[in-house]
Amino acid sequence: MRRLVLVLTCLFISACSQKSETIIIQNKGSDTLVNLAQAWAEEYKNVNTKVALAVSGGGSGTGIAALINGTVDIANSSRAIKPEERDEAKKNTGNDVKEFIVGMDALAVFVHPSNPLLGLSLEEVACIYGEGGKCTHWSDVRGTIVPGCKDNKIIRVSRQSNSGTYQYFREAILGKKKDLKLGSMDLNGSRESIDLVEKTPCAIGYSGMGYLNPRVRALCIQKTSDSDCVEPTVKSAMDKSYPISRELYMYTSGNPSEIVQAYLDWTQTDRAHEITVKAGYVPAPKR
Amino acid sequence: MEIKVTESAPLAMEWRQKKKEKPVSEKIIEGMIKTGGVSCIVLIAAILFFILKESYPFLVGAFNFKEFFFSEEWYPASVVKIRYGILALLTGTVLVTVISMLIAVPLGLACAFYISEFCSPKVREIYKILIEFLAAIPSVVWGFIAIMMINPTIIQLFDVPIGLNILNASIILALMSLPLIISVGEDALRAVPETYREAAEALGATKWEVATRILLPAAKNGLMAAALLGVGRALGETMAVLMATGHSIQIPNSIFEPGRTLTATIAAELGESPKGGEHYQALFAIGLVLFCLSFVVNLTADYLIRGRRQ
Repeated sequence: MRRLVLVLTCLFISACSQKSETIIIQNKGSDTLVNLAQAWAEEYKNVNTKVALAVSGGGSGTGIAALINGTVDIANSSRAIKPEERDEAKKNTGNDVKEFIVGMDALAVFVHPSNPLLGLSLEEVACIYGEGGKCTHWSDVRGTIVPGCKDNKIIRVSRQSNSGTYQYFREAILGKKKDLKLGSMDLNGSRESIDLVEKTPCAIGYSGMGYLNPRVRALCIQKTSDSDCVEPTVKSAMDKSYPISRELYMYTSGNPSEIVQAYLDWTQTDRAHEITVKAGYVPAPKR
Repeated sequence: MEIKVTESAPLAMEWRQKKKEKPVSEKIIEGMIKTGGVSCIVLIAAILFFILKESYPFLVGAFNFKEFFFSEEWYPASVVKIRYGILALLTGTVLVTVISMLIAVPLGLACAFYISEFCSPKVREIYKILIEFLAAIPSVVWGFIAIMMINPTIIQLFDVPIGLNILNASIILALMSLPLIISVGEDALRAVPETYREAAEALGATKWEVATRILLPAAKNGLMAAALLGVGRALGETMAVLMATGHSIQIPNSIFEPGRTLTATIAAELGESPKGGEHYQALFAIGLVLFCLSFVVNLTADYLIRGRRQ
């Protein structure tokens, strides 16, 4: 009897301790990064069975806001944290925000497959999207005539103005001193942008490279009008020859705990890089 | 204080108890109904208070009346100069609401007349079930119908570059507010006393004459209230119009151009604006504008319904 009690107690304790060992890492933020973060989390289950990642999207701003409020362990962001956000986080949690570059993403500019245009220079993209830009019809851009697009008018597909993708796109093509033209169709997600362009011959859109599918055609981009036209690929994004590529970040509040640090380190292993490429993103350059 | 027990007291107490016994259940019900009624008012007051509280710092700070209502430049995340102009959004909301009502009100009232006056009881039952079913479709599903079915149809039929536009959203909103207009309209027609119909028919009026000359004037207020409730529905709809309008900040030159509504702007941007920031507060100011708009519409509807009763 005594032995039985002992055994049961041991079992009970071990069961409890096992349960408490499954640690959940809260991971939230950028919609651009969410697919990749999920793929990583899926694989990481096999690497460390005692750690589970709860990944959710909502946008870079949402992730950083959650970090400031201290409700996540890792915030995903497709833009660098702003100094004022850093200050606010310091004020709220008392910790300095730590930055980790976990991968890279190239923003692809894409059109309907029937559009004969092959590439654009950054200047031409700015002419289409930027405030004050004069390119309103496809004929204004290299005299293009798009079959199936009746009045040849460019339909600009964009994103809502506080998404990380929008803000990065604006900065990449216009710098920090100009806005995008109003009157674009501001969709709520990268997938929606692709779906709309796929169905609309007159349209042009942009999104992270990971979202591209064969039903839209990505354009090659020239940095200036006399430089080479570079396709958005893993290679061109990594060597930075593709002009619209950016870093993807994960942020933690203060120095990450051992478990979180282990996960962040793992994201830079070869296996994780494989997943990164498979998901359509670009591994971070070696630190 | 002590009560002196007199001779007649037992009788009085018994009587009182008897009287009390019945009201117990009644009192509970009464209380429940009262709570229901009061909680409605409290809730609306709380909503107004909440919206005011959240938008207050914006209203006394960055708010500029002229820019807010007369500029179409909605640049909440601008790097050059942040501008909060809702003219384009307001135009979008008004356009979509008006055009959807141009479609839905005649259709809905005609349907109400048909169901209430012209069809057989059996058909009426079937129609009522179908209309209730129409009301049960979630708005995201309507949005998908807008993108997947109405969008390509508009492109083909009218040969326009994009099918997500004011027309598309109006059609969707019309379909969404039809069930409301039909059921309220039908109720209004049913409420006309049977004696009116009988008297008219005794005078030799045809069914058509009864409908147009007797029922239409008699149920006028109720029918108008039905239409206005439909307006309220169209005004407040969010998800479906977000998907159907094309969500583009511009004052549309025609019904074939994309636009954007107040509700859709809040839905799309609130999630990513930091809580308590100026953008967040500006979105609540939009909420305030919407609150006022729907308040006016509902007040008018209410006034008309009361007019009918008097």
